[in-house]
Amino acid sequence: MKKRDLLAPFIAIAILITAWETAVRYFALAPQVLPAPSLILQTLIADARLLFGSLLVTLRITFAALFIATATGVLLAILFSASRFAERALFPIAVILQVTPIIAIAPLLLIYLEPANAVLACAALVAFFPILSNTALGFASADRQLRDLFSLYDAGPLKTLLYLRFPTALPYFLGGLRIAGGLALIGAIVGEIAAGSAGAGSGLAWRIIEAGHRVNIPRMYAALVLIVLAGVVIFALLSWLQHIALRRWHASAITAE
Amino acid sequence: MKSKRAKPPAKRKPNGAQGAPLTELHGIGKTFDSGVIALRDISFSIRRGEFLSLLGASGCGKTSLLRIVAGLLAPDTGDIAWQEGNRPRETGFVFQEPALMPWASIGANIRLPLQLLGIDGRTAELRTRDALSQVGLEKFADSRPHELSGGMRMRASLARALIVKPKLLLMDEPFAALDEISRFKLNDELLALWQKLGCTIVFVTHSVFEAAYLSTRTLVMSSRPGTIVEEVRFLPATERFDPQYRTSASFAARARKLSQALERAQ
Repeated sequence: MKKRDLLAPFIAIAILITAWETAVRYFALAPQVLPAPSLILQTLIADARLLFGSLLVTLRITFAALFIATATGVLLAILFSASRFAERALFPIAVILQVTPIIAIAPLLLIYLEPANAVLACAALVAFFPILSNTALGFASADRQLRDLFSLYDAGPLKTLLYLRFPTALPYFLGGLRIAGGLALIGAIVGEIAAGSAGAGSGLAWRIIEAGHRVNIPRMYAALVLIVLAGVVIFALLSWLQHIALRRWHASAITAE
Repeated sequence: MKSKRAKPPAKRKPNGAQGAPLTELHGIGKTFDSGVIALRDISFSIRRGEFLSLLGASGCGKTSLLRIVAGLLAPDTGDIAWQEGNRPRETGFVFQEPALMPWASIGANIRLPLQLLGIDGRTAELRTRDALSQVGLEKFADSRPHELSGGMRMRASLARALIVKPKLLLMDEPFAALDEISRFKLNDELLALWQKLGCTIVFVTHSVFEAAYLSTRTLVMSSRPGTIVEEVRFLPATERFDPQYRTSASFAARARKLSQALERAQ
């Protein structure tokens, strides 16, 4: 990629922030209406201990949820590839879970589970589906001729899974994981908001609600900035993982000669 | 693979045959789920050491027939008798596409059948090197499939089939996707390998010229349902290894004979 292409998004964001700062100063907007980016940064620094502590809480939930979603998603996908019947029976249930808005399930989860677990469950529920559906598709995408080759040499289901289905599914799985990363964060935020003060009350979403009650608009923005940054970093991290895992062979990573 | 016949293969030696039957098929029929009758009442034997071509138009069930011979597809009717021990360890299969694992090196791709059969260590190492050199890919053991040309990928696919030291080598239009220059070259190399290794080859093709150039015997097939309508035998000719053969009158005569048989099959 050209240097100019790499810099382009940063330049666009810088222009946006400058325009925002200028507008706030020019129209002399009160911080309660719209805080200037400089004020948001000041708040971020001043409230660093509080906000970064909350960021850590939210991130811990996000990654725990991502881990649970990955484990259950991949295991179910393996089950689906082994049994057509299991897929027929269970996939519709996964779809039902996927299409039901998480914000509507969250209050129920909060009744049945400890608040911390309910938030985790929210995050895991939304992150789970892309991993399951992508990985299942990947397992089913094994080359027909290679499958013939495996059965010609009497490779059992385990060898076929290890040497053929897993590598075939890897790009699909990683694509699903990249989507799931962002969704896990959203799920965690939604869960925290639904839990409100009933939750441990220390995640970033809770800080936004809390600051809202106190009409501390700059802190709301500061917490929001951290959520956005966390989402971007998670996406970048998973994209990087995808690149590292696939760069030697997959069509998405190979540049044409 | 479920219809193995108990009876030992007959030892009779038909006219012009190269050897005893390696595999015998009797009354093979296959109907797909869609209701299309792919194959009907197909009987023939594969004789030891021959280069047998199955010639027919696309969609005549050649690929299904080859998969039945390999034991990958169970026929609906009829039965198939494999000579003891030639399945699966001693069967090689070359597909229409190279069908290499894109994530693995060429060496690992070629070693795959041994890995699946549980052969590893020094033996696997040596046989991989042998198979690579048989197809002239010694220098590409560590390359990835996407780094190779179409012809080289097909060579790798051939090496993967040869690594099991097959008695029976099944090939499904392996060179159909290649340019003519690569195809001619690979045809010659295949003939040389067949001579050297002394294996039996069943070669599916829709090319009259390829069948005429390569085979000692050709079965001409009709389409929908796929049946064998004619058998064309060629005497095993030493002239085949003459570099001028491709432009010779005897080659042209063979091609004409097959063309006419194929026309009658339509």
